Amino acid sequence: MVPLSWYLIVSAALFSIGVFGVLSRRNGVAVLMGIELMLNAVNINLVAFWRYNTTIASVTEPVPSELSGMVFAAFMFVVAAAEVAVGLAIIITVYRNWRSVIPEETDTLRG
Amino acid sequence: MIQFDFSTIAFFVFAVLTLGGALGVVTNRNLFRGTIWLMVSLFGVAGLYVLLSAPFLAAVQVLVYIGAIAILFTFAVMLTRSLTRLNVRYTRLWPSALGAVLLFAMLVIGVIWPVFGGNELYNQPISDVVRTTTDLGVALVSGEGYVLPFEVASILLTGAMIGAIVIARDADEEEMEQ
Repeated sequence: MVPLSWYLIVSAALFSIGVFGVLSRRNGVAVLMGIELMLNAVNINLVAFWRYNTTIASVTEPVPSELSGMVFAAFMFVVAAAEVAVGLAIIITVYRNWRSVIPEETDTLRG
Repeated sequence: MIQFDFSTIAFFVFAVLTLGGALGVVTNRNLFRGTIWLMVSLFGVAGLYVLLSAPFLAAVQVLVYIGAIAILFTFAVMLTRSLTRLNVRYTRLWPSALGAVLLFAMLVIGVIWPVFGGNELYNQPISDVVRTTTDLGVALVSGEGYVLPFEVASILLTGAMIGAIVIARDADEEEMEQ
């Protein structure tokens, strides 16, 4: 097995690419894709720490806390799915009303 | 130091898929291709889950992310057609790139390398035994486990789905007349 730090480096790189996508892209859908990449990086971290750091007390009797990493990652899936569904719905509505998917152009509420 | 066995090679393959796909997502001019690259990246992450002995998460990653979320992105790209013809791809390109590179350097030099790099403790997992998918299922619905977050997550999903439908729905004709 490779050391834990390699997974962390891959995850940090994925997170940084996601941050770059969110900050730089002009398109709302592309910004959401960047957020997805960041969520995936977090998930890799959760599962990697869980795999490398969990002590198993007894082989036959599982304790719920020995599964915390997988459970956290599963909840991240739920949150990501909810976020994408609502985010894309908002983008489609904005496109219908403004004919634009560029976040900077939807500034009706700007003071 | 590190022997190049099967899992090491597989790790590199999946890491390259993940990061290459992610770079494709943030650099591609055509957003439709960006979605395909997003699928490649998510598939690489699924491979990393398999290497981390979480096969259930890998299956869910393929089903939910590639099967549902990436398809949702495809639909969004096609429903907002004009955005594939945008001639300006980036705003604030160089400040963002600099920020991302600085963030990566800070994470690796400041946190990952000093804390986890030279530490023998983290060179391999503490235990060879891994909890299985059956244990995960029991833990998710047991009273001592995660049943409350599980139910809250299902409420969140229901709320998000209803909210998405309400937000994205067209106003129908009766409402238009009012």
